[in-house]
Amino acid sequence: MSATAERAAAGLPDLLYGEHETELRAAVRSLLGDRCGWHEVLARTETAQTYDTGLWRALAADLGGAGLLIPEASGGAGASYREAAVVAEETGRAVAPVPFLGSAVVATAALLSADDDELLAALADGAVTAALTIPFAAGPAAPEPTARIAASPPGEPGYRLYGTVAGIADALPADVLLVPADGVPYGLYAVPAGDAGVSLSPVVSLDMTRQLADLTLDGAAGRRVASGETARRAVAAALTAGAAVLASEQLGVAERCLEMTVAYLKERRQFGRPIGSFQALKHRVADVWVGVTQARAAARYAAACLAGSDPDAPVAVALAKAACSDIALRAAQECLQLHGGIGFTWEHPTHLYLKRAKSSSIGFGTADRHRAALAGLADLPGPVA
Amino acid sequence: MTTADDLRSEVRAFLSEHDPASMDRLDFLRERYDAGLAWVHYPAGLGGRGLSRHLQPAVDAEFAAAGAPTNRPERNGIGLGMAAPTILAFGSAEQQRRWLRPLWTGEEIWCQLFSEPGAGSDLAGLATRAVRDPGGEGWIVTGQKVWTSSAHLARRALLVARTDPDVPKHQGLTYFACDMTAPGVEVRPLRQITGEAEFNEVFLTDVPVPDADRIGAVGEGWKVATGTLMNERVAIGGAAAPREGGMIGSAVRAWREHPGLRTPGLHDRLLRLWADAEVARLAGTRLRQQLAAGQPGPEGSAAKLVFARLNQEISEFEAELVGDEAVRYEDWSMKRPEGANFYGRDVGYRYLRARGNSIEGGTSEILRNIIAERVLGLPAEARVDAGVPWKDLPR
Repeated sequence: MSATAERAAAGLPDLLYGEHETELRAAVRSLLGDRCGWHEVLARTETAQTYDTGLWRALAADLGGAGLLIPEASGGAGASYREAAVVAEETGRAVAPVPFLGSAVVATAALLSADDDELLAALADGAVTAALTIPFAAGPAAPEPTARIAASPPGEPGYRLYGTVAGIADALPADVLLVPADGVPYGLYAVPAGDAGVSLSPVVSLDMTRQLADLTLDGAAGRRVASGETARRAVAAALTAGAAVLASEQLGVAERCLEMTVAYLKERRQFGRPIGSFQALKHRVADVWVGVTQARAAARYAAACLAGSDPDAPVAVALAKAACSDIALRAAQECLQLHGGIGFTWEHPTHLYLKRAKSSSIGFGTADRHRAALAGLADLPGPVA
Repeated sequence: MTTADDLRSEVRAFLSEHDPASMDRLDFLRERYDAGLAWVHYPAGLGGRGLSRHLQPAVDAEFAAAGAPTNRPERNGIGLGMAAPTILAFGSAEQQRRWLRPLWTGEEIWCQLFSEPGAGSDLAGLATRAVRDPGGEGWIVTGQKVWTSSAHLARRALLVARTDPDVPKHQGLTYFACDMTAPGVEVRPLRQITGEAEFNEVFLTDVPVPDADRIGAVGEGWKVATGTLMNERVAIGGAAAPREGGMIGSAVRAWREHPGLRTPGLHDRLLRLWADAEVARLAGTRLRQQLAAGQPGPEGSAAKLVFARLNQEISEFEAELVGDEAVRYEDWSMKRPEGANFYGRDVGYRYLRARGNSIEGGTSEILRNIIAERVLGLPAEARVDAGVPWKDLPR
């Protein structure tokens, strides 16, 4: 029996990082260190191409990030959510403007649930990037679809899609949109982003390192990926995966903010001494560190539960998203406050992390909504009306 | 590699030759220790087999299933959680042989003589003196210790005393094991806000301590004490528990049993506390996995901080929830319990007892200093006692 299996036999899954995960982390960190410095990230937010497609290609194809969750039989790496979560920690640390979460996790989870081998194979090697068209702020429960289908003109295969979806993350660099749409049947439809009936407008977003887009569908041609309950399950699986892996991304954000804060407290001198020697400030960063150690356990547990198809996964994901949303936000806000004036400037990286943290704390369900979900999941019912 | 299954077979083989139903309880425990099935992560010859710590639960479960007697770990928390790892890390081979077996079987309860009336958070400033016995091999110890749990039950104590007042405070300390039955040791109960006396004051008056009972070198006491304290924080904050174990358990039961007491505000608090308690449990599990994998992290201090905060917030919540029941109190009479009881008795007791959790075993403020300075590497607070011989410090 492996050490991991023995730990599982003793109760909870392995919450540490395995050797393979540590190697993957090093590779991703090295890539992002070379090509994703914060000056470049900041500069890119003020250009028309807010996503770094070259960097995404390197992460997705060269490092195999796109295919982590995809089985080897479909051309992927056959890894698991444990590895995907580690990559997300790194993209969070670097506030990397790449659609890893939207394509390699959320859209991929929907396709895995729907068992769509054709698209999975195209996503696996990074050749195609996909996005599920639900509002980033949705979750943890799937919203009612705002797009609908109509039958194609006689003689043409497939479906036509109409409607609008607001505030979608990671859709701007996508080649294929996965659209949940009402109609008979309700289903999940694959629509080429370049179709004449598709219009994606970039949104001026709070977090420009993950720029949102508004989608208008006006007779776009779609292929049905799944329908009915299969489609609903696929969307739900995608939202669960999104919340779980976003939690690990938030952990990375929190860790990086804590590191920047600690470094500054050591270097900045006032009253003739480093400000990090003041107990009032020490205690604030110590509390952030404590929160990070707690959140890490929750994020690892969520990733392990999804990797092992554990029945406790819904509880694990709610715990992780709640804990990591809170700590990322707190770490970023403390980072700003403890940097003082410089932290409030455009010229300092803190605002990139603060905006990522605030936006992510709303993405795939707020901490409050995830805790509210625990009322049902853990038998903690509210007041009797 | 030895697996949990191998160990289960070993336990069954041991049980086939040692019937727990017919054997004397202590004889059974001593034989179990000698068979290396006491704590498998300890070395061979000292009750273990040099295996990973995470294999222990399988062994304990197998013994429990056979109805074997336990070593009543709840009676000897300081012995098992703090004294044993300290003796293992810093004791001589002779001390390990002499002390660990009766410690593990529970024949000898240990307590901890660290804090003093004048040395709490600033433990290194302690004033209890150990001087060489002019007529013999050993030491003569004089001073006063306080907050000593289980001193009235203990056979031995972990003791830190000042052996050199002429050097800065951290450098003049030496660590000993003190025999609590030695002449000059006087234990007096110290009554606490719950009405009972879990703690004691211990007065040491010319107590003889053999040099053979010194742990670590003369002047190295601070290093040894720091090791003990780190184990204490792991023991307090990193204990294994099931979901809804610990303080959240009674709060959640009350919530489910009394729908009429629920309000929206309390519901929000319950969801937060339940989530935080469960995350803390996961973090405690992760901490133990790190220890088992030989990657001991500094997370013990985090676990202890969170444990204290949650115990306080949950017991505050539970008292508000149950109302009526919380404004009554079971019993204020003075008692001397056998060990610390955080989660028992009534809600008023739990609320009061939890106030101590952020003070005992290192205040939450000192733990934050430790995290900031030792984990995060922030510069030390400007201090007036650095480099000053202990005897010249203002007191």
